[in-house]
Amino acid sequence: MAFISSGYNPDKPMEDRITDIGPRNYEEFYPPVVKANKGKWLYHEILEPGVLVHVAESGDECYTVRAGGARLMSVTHIREICEIADKHCGGYLRFTTRNNIEFMVDDKSKLEPLKKDLESRKFDGGSLKFPVGGTGAGVTNIVHTQGWIHCHTPATDASGPVKATMDVLFDDFQNMRLPAHLRVSLACCLNMCGAVHCSDIAILGYHRKPPMLDHEYLDKMCEIPLAVAACPTAAIRPTKVELPDGKKVNSVAVKNERCMFCGNCYTMCPAMPLADKEGDGIVLMVGGKVSNRISAPKFSKVVVAFIPNEPPRWPTTTDTIQKIVEAYSKGANKYERLGEWAERISWERFFEVCDLEFTHHLIDDFRDPAYYTWRQTSQFKF
Amino acid sequence: MKHETPMLDQLETGPWPSFVSDIKQEAANRAKNEKNVDYQIPVDVCDDLLGVLELSFKHGRTHWKHGGIVGVFGYGGGVIGRYCDQPEEFSGVAHFHTMRVAQPAGKFYSTDYLKKICDLWDFRGSGITNMHGSTGDIIFLGTTTKQLEEIFYELTHNLNQDLGGSGSNLRTPADCIGKARCEYACFDTQHMCHTLTHEYQDELHRPAFPYKFKFKFDGCPNCCVASIARADMSFIGTWKDDIRIDQEAVQAYVGGELKPNGNAHAGRDWGAFDINKEVIDLCPTKCMWMDGKELKIDNKECTRCMHCINVMPRALRIGKETGCSILVGAKAPILDGAQMGTMLVPFIKAEEPYDEIKEVIESIWDYWMEEGKNRERLGELMKRQGFQKLLEMTGLKPDPRMVQEPRHNPYIFWKEEEVEGGFERDINEFRKYHQR
Ligand code: HEM
Ligand code: HEM
Ligand code: SF4
Ligand code: SF4
Ligand code: SF4
Ligand code: SF4
Repeated sequence: MAFISSGYNPDKPMEDRITDIGPRNYEEFYPPVVKANKGKWLYHEILEPGVLVHVAESGDECYTVRAGGARLMSVTHIREICEIADKHCGGYLRFTTRNNIEFMVDDKSKLEPLKKDLESRKFDGGSLKFPVGGTGAGVTNIVHTQGWIHCHTPATDASGPVKATMDVLFDDFQNMRLPAHLRVSLACCLNMCGAVHCSDIAILGYHRKPPMLDHEYLDKMCEIPLAVAACPTAAIRPTKVELPDGKKVNSVAVKNERCMFCGNCYTMCPAMPLADKEGDGIVLMVGGKVSNRISAPKFSKVVVAFIPNEPPRWPTTTDTIQKIVEAYSKGANKYERLGEWAERISWERFFEVCDLEFTHHLIDDFRDPAYYTWRQTSQFKF
Repeated sequence: MKHETPMLDQLETGPWPSFVSDIKQEAANRAKNEKNVDYQIPVDVCDDLLGVLELSFKHGRTHWKHGGIVGVFGYGGGVIGRYCDQPEEFSGVAHFHTMRVAQPAGKFYSTDYLKKICDLWDFRGSGITNMHGSTGDIIFLGTTTKQLEEIFYELTHNLNQDLGGSGSNLRTPADCIGKARCEYACFDTQHMCHTLTHEYQDELHRPAFPYKFKFKFDGCPNCCVASIARADMSFIGTWKDDIRIDQEAVQAYVGGELKPNGNAHAGRDWGAFDINKEVIDLCPTKCMWMDGKELKIDNKECTRCMHCINVMPRALRIGKETGCSILVGAKAPILDGAQMGTMLVPFIKAEEPYDEIKEVIESIWDYWMEEGKNRERLGELMKRQGFQKLLEMTGLKPDPRMVQEPRHNPYIFWKEEEVEGGFERDINEFRKYHQR
């Protein structure tokens, strides 16, 4: 492994430096049928789960096959995607916001061979490489964050629970039987990279133990004032601590009852780790949406305060999700999103039909907005 | 394989694509090295990635440490530093930094471009990516510090491609597919996203903001990129005039020849389509009715929720006088709770050269950079100082469309200049008429 230079000269970093050129121009990447008909599409239709046709004023048609995928993917896999797009789609493809891959062709005759090709490809372990689906009133791919594969603050993994959940919800990825579309998201800590706080079902990693304090090293590894400032709830203060050997060192103290387990202190100060096998796990939130269709966008609400991490397949989490999806599928009206359904039948009924326990943890007690989530009417259901 | 991974192996079965199988295939390909690549980071990086992940599955804890400062010269973002906390056992991932590569608007690609990206990342990185990260960038997952500048050099010199944003600056903007393939798009999301991304490259690469700032562009109120929930500034397409109706197509839906909602509900027998039950009664403003065989819409009362258009795309089309709304202040729950975007500009033209829109953007940035505290998102500043202040600083006129309802209390902070005669009065003059 000899080092090979790109041409960059570390002694003269500004030599030939190119900066601020931004992303490539999207125009280079449009398939011809898209380029020709941009802004002139008349309507679309889902021909079967995962297969769409868009029809333009010109009469041109764009057929799209949508395939799911892990957003965590290797270059070998991307090259395979390219091979398929070269073979069937004139060398173009796109990704959706929810990490699906879309293969587009301009003629119906090219559709079946493309679909067959996608469906025939499997990984050595047996899973599908390119399951076709993710359209209409069903479940599409889960948007998620990094988890144990890359981040330093996660309270759960991301790719593992996503794979386990998509296996359980797989039929609904390829079937459009639900009352409306159902969006599932995962964030592995309360920072929630991505937008899980507005999902029909949000899987959220959560720590439940305050940071441990590595007093002996804290002052050496961290800027104590920065660690103190990092805490959103002002739970951390500087202090002096006597080590077992009698030596006095600068360190911090944490008011545990003020800690909301966000991990910001650990981000700042590696001597304050908080991850814990028993402490960490999953919160389930439901009923959010971002679309303005019929009702305004909504936040997801916490309906299960804690489920332990159960790698590799998180069975309690996936069972609970499945239970909620089934109750929703049975109870909601056509076009009704999960949150709209829960509001119509009332949250007391939601817990009943989903067979979920309502606990004190589910009553908001965090700052001002909490008051407005309590019941301020005499109306309720028995 | 270099490490035993009994727990991860259980994620290889089941129908959904297995990331474990994929990483294993990458590990095997690197070991074989059929193309004779002169790998610039350890060949067994993927083996060690699986090994350390297996250990996390076993321990129920991550094995990554916070990054420290790594990056490319002159940029304040685009690279996230990451080190393994078990570097002896997993030396291949001892340094495992992420690079954010700015994605093209709409996430369309040519295979020619993607293959070059793959070749570069194979050669100088782990070969593992995210297509894409939550913000929208292509994520290169895992390389060593020494390779960062090399990768940046190759990206800019050979691929005409820049890094994306991270840190306290403008994050890589993202958009929905819009006019490229969606009949609902009210403006060209790709054009606007791309143009503004290029316009604000300095803000994107050099942190000068109190905290992160995100733009997202949704072509219509269906909000496919969730701009209203996760962008400090969301641009959502809308229209001013009438929904275009094709009455024949309406009858085709009524008669069952056309399937509602583009056939999105085909997986269950919901019975015959009922335009009253499925469209007219669900219209949130109750502004539609049937007049014999004609569908009527009182467009002045329509709030453009998209429901009727979604259900009958061949009969109903968005209006022709299109533009966008601008909402500001959305953020995830940390810290004072989640915030949805708040309507700031109900309607603005979304056309080149976007001068009016840039004026709004820059007035917001000026305000936030002047008044925002360190690590205060725009939405939090709005909450702290109030909506009035935002109006004052942006020079926009108050409009009932900006609020859900008027205030619940009369505690108005009247300003002196708003009150006739001002605050200064003569107490002696007052006392002439009012004894002590
Ligand atoms: C103090 C709070 C936060 C901390 C400490 C934090 C930390 C991080 C870190 C370390 C990463 C990199 C993960 C990796 O690749 O290893 C990350 C990614 C990211 N963060 Fe945050 N974050 C915070 C708040 C937020 C919030 C509030 C949002 C959204 C509104 C957000 C959005 C994102 C997104 C979109 C990514 C990219 C994630 C992905 O593609 O998976 N973060 N964050
Ligand atoms: C108050 C203290 C700090 C807090 C709350 C904090 C929080 C965060 C957050 C929220 C991110 C995610 C950034 C993103 O994805 O955009 C991040 C990333 C990062 N932080 Fe910190 N951080 C702090 C101090 C530091 C310090 C002192 C260092 C270095 C010694 C550091 C180095 C980094 C690096 C390298 C990244 C990833 C690169 C980047 O996103 O620009 N942070 N931090
Ligand atoms: S959600 Fe939290 S743990 Fe997960 S990638 Fe983002 S910051 Fe890291
Ligand atoms: S985890 Fe968060 S709330 Fe708890 S002490 Fe650390 S910074 Fe403060
Ligand atoms: S947001 Fe609207 S315009 Fe954009 S892709 Fe979604 S439906 Fe189409
Ligand atoms: S767009 Fe929504 S509000 Fe307007 S007519 Fe259609 S259903 Fe009613």
